[in-house]
Amino acid sequence: MDAASTGGAVLAAVVLLGVLAFAVVRPRGLPEVVAALPAALLVVGFGLVPVAAAVDEVAALAPTIGFLAAILVLAELARRHGVFAWAGNGMARLSGGSPRRLLGAVFVVAAATTAVLSLDATVVLLTPAVLAAAAAVGARARPAVYATTHLANSASTLLPVSNLTNLLAFAASGLTFTAFAGLMAGPWLVAIAVEYVVLRLYFRSDLATPARPAPTQRRPAPVAALVVLGATLVGFALAEPLGLPLVAVAAAAVVVLGAVPAVRSPRETASAVARAANLPFLVFVLALGVVVVAVQRGPVQGWLAAIVPARADLVGLLIAAGIAALAANLLNNLPATLMLVPLVAHSPGLVLATVLGLNIGPNLTYVGSLATLLWRQVLHGHGRPPSTATFVRLGLVSVPPVLVAAVVALWVALRLGGWR
Amino acid sequence: MTTVLWLVEGSWEACVDAARRLGLRDVVLVHVVDEDAAAGWSGAAAGLFGRGAPRVDTAPFDEAGAAVLDAAVARLGGAPERRLLHGRVEPAVLDACAGADLLVCARDGDRARRGPHNLGRETRYVLDHAPCDVLLVWPGAVPAGVDLPPAP
Repeated sequence: MDAASTGGAVLAAVVLLGVLAFAVVRPRGLPEVVAALPAALLVVGFGLVPVAAAVDEVAALAPTIGFLAAILVLAELARRHGVFAWAGNGMARLSGGSPRRLLGAVFVVAAATTAVLSLDATVVLLTPAVLAAAAAVGARARPAVYATTHLANSASTLLPVSNLTNLLAFAASGLTFTAFAGLMAGPWLVAIAVEYVVLRLYFRSDLATPARPAPTQRRPAPVAALVVLGATLVGFALAEPLGLPLVAVAAAAVVVLGAVPAVRSPRETASAVARAANLPFLVFVLALGVVVVAVQRGPVQGWLAAIVPARADLVGLLIAAGIAALAANLLNNLPATLMLVPLVAHSPGLVLATVLGLNIGPNLTYVGSLATLLWRQVLHGHGRPPSTATFVRLGLVSVPPVLVAAVVALWVALRLGGWR
Repeated sequence: MTTVLWLVEGSWEACVDAARRLGLRDVVLVHVVDEDAAAGWSGAAAGLFGRGAPRVDTAPFDEAGAAVLDAAVARLGGAPERRLLHGRVEPAVLDACAGADLLVCARDGDRARRGPHNLGRETRYVLDHAPCDVLLVWPGAVPAGVDLPPAP
């Protein structure tokens, strides 16, 4: 490699790390895109990415990003219809005051929310409802909170819509929506089951406190919103055979769920929808995609290609998932997805194993280890250093068994389905 | 005699009932807001990379702690001192015990059998390092079953 291309590769890597660091520290609370967009222009300007390649990357990501925006808006509209408040009330009632039954209810609701409305909805919109449920029955919040945050990652493997990483991998895999879901159903259930066992053991003393039956008033179900969400799922499954784009189904659901709030308070709804769609985030993903292309053109991609397995046998699946989990923890799972998925796109099995690693792996450090260090520094600066002891310990005992069990389940699903 | 009652969700009633039964006066009610749970949530929010760092509202944790103290005051009667503390649980409780004569706390492990699994990690740490006498109470009935080690 000549000096110019070595310099280019180093510059691309430094730019990527700079974008990631900015996104975690967010100086002055600036949105992440403030660094990512100039960085994308920089790598194109320096010729690290030809203009045509940058345009191709943006064009390839755009439909996925549009779909993501629709899902984010759908989750916010579900909140406005009271879906999460109803779920919180339901969890409290189902628990009958027992901490163990509350954990079970949280598992069901958090896994379903993550699968259908994505991990964003679980972390941002469901967690307050989980806290309210724990408070309503006087239970310790810790097991329920960790169940929610862990399932936001480890239960985000079922559908392409459950996680942005899935959407990106789905677009590259060539799988249909139903094939993706069919192959991931087993790994999804197995991951949830193993996660449940680990959390029951880890929090056994918090969960052993006596049940305190407290009468909780039943909250009426937001029937219309639940029917629309159910119909959306059916629509996702039917769209492809009918030749409809998935984003059309999601957009239709947004229009139907948004109609009532839009008529009631048009201006407020419009601004809430715009906030939920999170345009800066969407542009951030596009810009990050271009910066990652710059890195991919350097030697890093060659190194990765040398270690990524070629065959989707059990060992290959385990290695692919392990590399993905490692990359997600070293960097973050979003850039890791952009880097790894093109290398395994030839094999649906390897794509799905990579997705398992990318989604389950982050329970070790959530945002990636580099970013976690920065994040702790930021909170230290604000005078409230977080105790990361529990989530790191819990990550260490849960991620390896959950990941291995899920990959084995994927291997079984691939063999049963006749996939190679 | 000053007594500290360390109150945790799910088991605090037993501590209050013990204080009433023993007629303890000069009681300080202590609850430590669980920073671990809040840290878990804000970590997960930080994991939503690129989304403008969604806000994590820690007020519900404080409200749940205040609710425990309110309920404990109502159950105990009188006007005991109440302290809602933050930070890591174990040092916060030990600090609160400085100058106290007695700490009352509850078991929070396995309630099916008497044995070494009757204490959670934090409770065990506080017992090991308490700067005063400790009264350890069972939440609910004392279990009949017992895990005895083999005779030496």
